Amino acid sequence: MVAQIWRQIAARRLTITFLLLGLIILLFIFVPLLKMIFSSSPSLLFDTLLEGEVRSAIWLTLYTALLATAVGLLLGVPLAYFLARHRFPGKRFVEALIDVPIVVPHTAAGVALLFVFGQNFLAGKAFHSIGIDFVSAVPGIVIAMLFVSVPFLIDSAKQGFEKVDVRLEKVARTLGASPWQAFFRVSLPLCWRSIFAGSVMMWARGISEFGAVLILAYHPMIAPILVYERLEEYGLDYALPVASLLIIICLLIFIGLRSIAYRGERA
Amino acid sequence: MIEIKNLAVNLGTFLLEDINLSIEPGEYFIILGPTGAGKTILLESIAGLHPIKSGEIWLNGREVTKLEAEKRGIGFVYQDYALFPHLSVKGNLLFGLKQKRRSKGERQLIVEWVTGLLGVSHLLERNPSTLSGGERQKVALARALSISPQVLLLDEPLSALDPHAREGVQQELRQIHHRLKATIVHVTHDFEEAIALGDRIAVLGEGRILQVGTPEQIFRQPNSEFVARFAMSRNIFAGEVRDADDGHATITIEGMKLDVVTELRGKLHASLRPEDILISQEPLRSSARNCLRGTITHINDRGSTLYLTVSTPLDFICLLTRRSFEEMGLRVGEEVHVTFKASAIHVF
Repeated sequence: MVAQIWRQIAARRLTITFLLLGLIILLFIFVPLLKMIFSSSPSLLFDTLLEGEVRSAIWLTLYTALLATAVGLLLGVPLAYFLARHRFPGKRFVEALIDVPIVVPHTAAGVALLFVFGQNFLAGKAFHSIGIDFVSAVPGIVIAMLFVSVPFLIDSAKQGFEKVDVRLEKVARTLGASPWQAFFRVSLPLCWRSIFAGSVMMWARGISEFGAVLILAYHPMIAPILVYERLEEYGLDYALPVASLLIIICLLIFIGLRSIAYRGERA
Repeated sequence: MIEIKNLAVNLGTFLLEDINLSIEPGEYFIILGPTGAGKTILLESIAGLHPIKSGEIWLNGREVTKLEAEKRGIGFVYQDYALFPHLSVKGNLLFGLKQKRRSKGERQLIVEWVTGLLGVSHLLERNPSTLSGGERQKVALARALSISPQVLLLDEPLSALDPHAREGVQQELRQIHHRLKATIVHVTHDFEEAIALGDRIAVLGEGRILQVGTPEQIFRQPNSEFVARFAMSRNIFAGEVRDADDGHATITIEGMKLDVVTELRGKLHASLRPEDILISQEPLRSSARNCLRGTITHINDRGSTLYLTVSTPLDFICLLTRRSFEEMGLRVGEEVHVTFKASAIHVF
């Protein structure tokens, strides 16, 4: 009997080992998050939410990340489509370049952006002449978020477009569709889930951005910077409720959006 | 109807060039070639879906070489159907009609007409992913026909289907061709399919058109080693299938009667693989229904195997291993018996 059980365990050694290793990393992710959320009392969280500074920081974070995602959609999806449909020398290099923002330290990314969009530099000057400033301003937050988060959208959309059979577009052409119509009536509807998932990832990544925004626009203050400031100025007890609130809001939005994407998949 | 003049297409690793074809109105034209010969690309070039290197394409007396695909009025059907997965069958059929801005009433009429023609009316509300291969191919055909194309281009339309569905769709194709007097260009790698459907066949290989002719001409008088190899892999005969006295069927080929197993009747073709024929020096007493006496007229030595031509007087090409050949001591002029089962003959 014992020998039999032992044999069964032996037969599943790989599965059991991997499960145990996986459990460690799952706990590593969940424990800090849950501990933080539950260490602030609900009433304290509610009071924090009523603070004008906190509310406006959270609101600013959500909508600047949304703006960055909108810009990403407008400029990133066409690039994703192009990369999915064309082969050209140096394509690998371009693809690697797109992912660079993911791997560079984000404070360094912020400095790099400052060198282009600061008021003493080319793009900064050009935009200044039409009344848009980046340093310590909302547009600065948006481009910092855009820079570090747009790779997620481009990669996801590109993979989506690659999965759309080119022949579907070709058939659409023979049925009278122009290349534009074939894109909007065939490729885009077939790829929307990948684009949507990529947008959610991009938005989430934008919301969580700290380093690049810190360099470009400490003020107006987004929520991650507010957490940092409270920690620095007043200590852990004051940073905790804001951080918990931010995590709860992100989780709710993320779970909601993901369920939309997956519901589409089952249909 | 379709004129292709000096067409050259770059296929990356090689060039398709010197393509000259003249396809008549209402003709069922087959382009036959092995996998990788560039058949699909040639078809896409005609449809305007693939850039060409040089040459001209004329459609109904009008040059369309530089015309966009969406303005050519060419129906296209791919091997694996390419139905729009995000649309229902009806949505697929309406795609081209909406694109061409037909009125609602007109769209309704055309959808009823094409679905009736192909017998897919009951599938309208279904999602393409729930259809069988044969159903998908019929829907793809219906979709291509919905725009009343000047020409129908078919890219291996039967290759992805199981044998049963293949017969059904092949029947549909014959009917469409017959009833609509449609001009059809159909590419395939299947020699039998080409012979069964084609009014004329163009053999594509080694980057060019090697031979154009009727099915008879292609398999009786192949003009090159390449075409011959295509034709050699089978014994192909034209004949007439009738009911035999015992309820079975026979095919009469040039006055010679052979037992066959088939539900089909009428003027048809039959094929027999060289490896399905047994050669013996004495008549064989076996379960095989067909046993004929003939003379070896030709021996084609291929090393470990040999192809013998046995004239009964109908010529049969038979495959033999060298070992059997040497043990039997066969020579040209020797009398032998050829034996094969009725079920080894494929009627099409």
